[in-house]
Amino acid sequence: MAGLTLYDKLWESHLVKNLDDGTSLIYIDLHFLHEVTSPQAFEGLRLAGRKPWRAGANMATPDHNVPTTKDERSRGVEGILDPTSKIQVKSLDSNCLEFGISEFQIDDPRHGIVHVIGPEQGRTLPGMTIVCGDSHTSTHGALGALAHGIGTSEVEHVLATQCLVQKKAKNMLIKVNGRLNPGVTAKDVVLAIIGHIGTAGGTGYTIEFGGEAIQSLSVEGRMTVCNMAIEAGARAGIVAVDEKTIEYVKGRPFAPTGATWDMAEAAWRDLVSDADAVFDALVELEASDIVPQVSWGTSPEMVAPVTGNVPDPASMSNESKRNNYQQALKYMGLQAGIPIQSIQLDRVFIGSCTNSRIEDLRAAAAVVKGRKVAANIKEALVVPGSGLVKAQAELEGLDKIFTEAGLQWREPGCSMCLAMNADQLGEGEHCASTSNRNFEGRQGFGGRTHLVSPAMAAAAAVHGHFVDIREVELN
Amino acid sequence: MKKFISEDGLVLPLDRANVDTDYIIPKQFLKSIKRTGFGKNLFDEARYLDKGLPDADCSGRPINPDFVMNQPRYKGVSILLARENFGCGSSREHAPWALDDYGFRCVIAPSFADIFFNNCVKNGILLIVLKDKIVEKLFSETAANEGYRLAVDLPSQTITTPSGETIAFEIEESRKNILLNGLDDISLTLQNKEDIQAYETGWQQKSPWLFSQLGS
Repeated sequence: MAGLTLYDKLWESHLVKNLDDGTSLIYIDLHFLHEVTSPQAFEGLRLAGRKPWRAGANMATPDHNVPTTKDERSRGVEGILDPTSKIQVKSLDSNCLEFGISEFQIDDPRHGIVHVIGPEQGRTLPGMTIVCGDSHTSTHGALGALAHGIGTSEVEHVLATQCLVQKKAKNMLIKVNGRLNPGVTAKDVVLAIIGHIGTAGGTGYTIEFGGEAIQSLSVEGRMTVCNMAIEAGARAGIVAVDEKTIEYVKGRPFAPTGATWDMAEAAWRDLVSDADAVFDALVELEASDIVPQVSWGTSPEMVAPVTGNVPDPASMSNESKRNNYQQALKYMGLQAGIPIQSIQLDRVFIGSCTNSRIEDLRAAAAVVKGRKVAANIKEALVVPGSGLVKAQAELEGLDKIFTEAGLQWREPGCSMCLAMNADQLGEGEHCASTSNRNFEGRQGFGGRTHLVSPAMAAAAAVHGHFVDIREVELN
Repeated sequence: MKKFISEDGLVLPLDRANVDTDYIIPKQFLKSIKRTGFGKNLFDEARYLDKGLPDADCSGRPINPDFVMNQPRYKGVSILLARENFGCGSSREHAPWALDDYGFRCVIAPSFADIFFNNCVKNGILLIVLKDKIVEKLFSETAANEGYRLAVDLPSQTITTPSGETIAFEIEESRKNILLNGLDDISLTLQNKEDIQAYETGWQQKSPWLFSQLGS
């Protein structure tokens, strides 16, 4: 019999039972909640008179809708100027209180983007099943956990039953062989992968990311990669547990200690695919082929190397794809064939669950240190992923580096990644963004998003257009 | 939960690949804490020429005449014909809520994103996957014939075109059952309460650290 993949192992260890109709009941270890996709689920519980199955398996924080200015945040939930946003954040507070769910409220120093604080606190542990009403829950797969996004009905289902009804996905292995070139980051790797397999390339699969280049990434870098598995259509992305995973988890506030730690660590070391495991699909990329990436269109698969040009839809044989590319160019206001580096920018956003961790901020700060934001950039935001990331960055003086260069240093939250709060692009504005989606209107009505790594975004802020980060001297 | 048995309705052709959930319902409308009222903002950025605001009255907003749904011939549609990878992106269930609230009961496309697919089943919306070639044919028939309708029948898993042609479709037994009977899946899962408890006890013995996350 062939060996098991990591996904097979995670699935089997959480299988409550196979149901008669071909679906399975899967146990959920940890459920994250935020203000946007949970209110209707709590209301559903109330209407049906149900209680959470295991309140302690849930953790909540408001992130999507929170303001990021110091002025609003200094007054906690009452400081939120937008009345509908305030109602939503208050609803989360009252729902968590009513149902006995622990929450890091908006003014808690540990508050932040749910996918940043889960691993940071050691709530996210290897071998867990984790869900959240947010598609970027795949982030937690970087620690060898099976994690994916769910809708609000499923949020209610997990609250009430601690389970999900699921059909097992297929196994895909994406191997990135060899070593990455200097200046090429986790973000470039995942953008290159999505460009290669397409935005639906992973639909129906759980993707395991492996190979030397993935192993060489830090755990934070692996989070960036797994975060965007959903942009390739895969609900979950995972990376095998190794020394780095164990080291990352050790000593975090909610991580096990003492004898329990030893027991956990022993179990976690088995969280790798067996050598003879069989995958339904295998994709291989050579790390040395990957150069810094920039998205030019309205889907994360529409990426080009920073040294390349905006593609010409006329050269495409597939009609549907040609139409798709033409629609994208029209929305983006770009001419086919122009160099990526000639795209003029209006704003820069460094943040989001993809790239707002301390390593991301360090990488961006190293680029802008001693430099100034270009005159054509109207606004450049740096939004740390959590209160603790923010505190660490300030300890290292990164906030000063950013503000001296002319970038704004904000309070944690999802911010301009989805622009539910006041941090938005104006119509027609181009933005170099470290977030995960370049969909039409994503960062604001008529806004034009270009997805890049933190260092590339920082360099773009300084130059006012994209530059090849490999040619920028770091200070 | 809402049932789906059959639907005989006008078809809206949305000729666009990779329609994402931001396109279906932009984020500013996600601030609502209700499940209803999203229909007037379905496809908001394509449908109107101005920027949509939550809770705003849409009756006086400038309409985008180029957007297919705004053409008079597509008034009263209940079946959406779409392209590949429909519903990709965010997990927001506001997307199916908006489709449902507008009056869509069924979406036909060559493929759908996974999370969106699940979210639709939970809201009694039938998603039908058909081969590219058949979808293409339906697109051209819809364009050529004003008032083009399809009759979708879930029990027999068939779609009947105005000319009487029958197209068969596949659906997983479990999803069919839930849609036909409008089952509350939380109640269904809770029928396995003892199995869940037994699993939980065993899992706790094996992985005690998952049950004692206290924080320090």
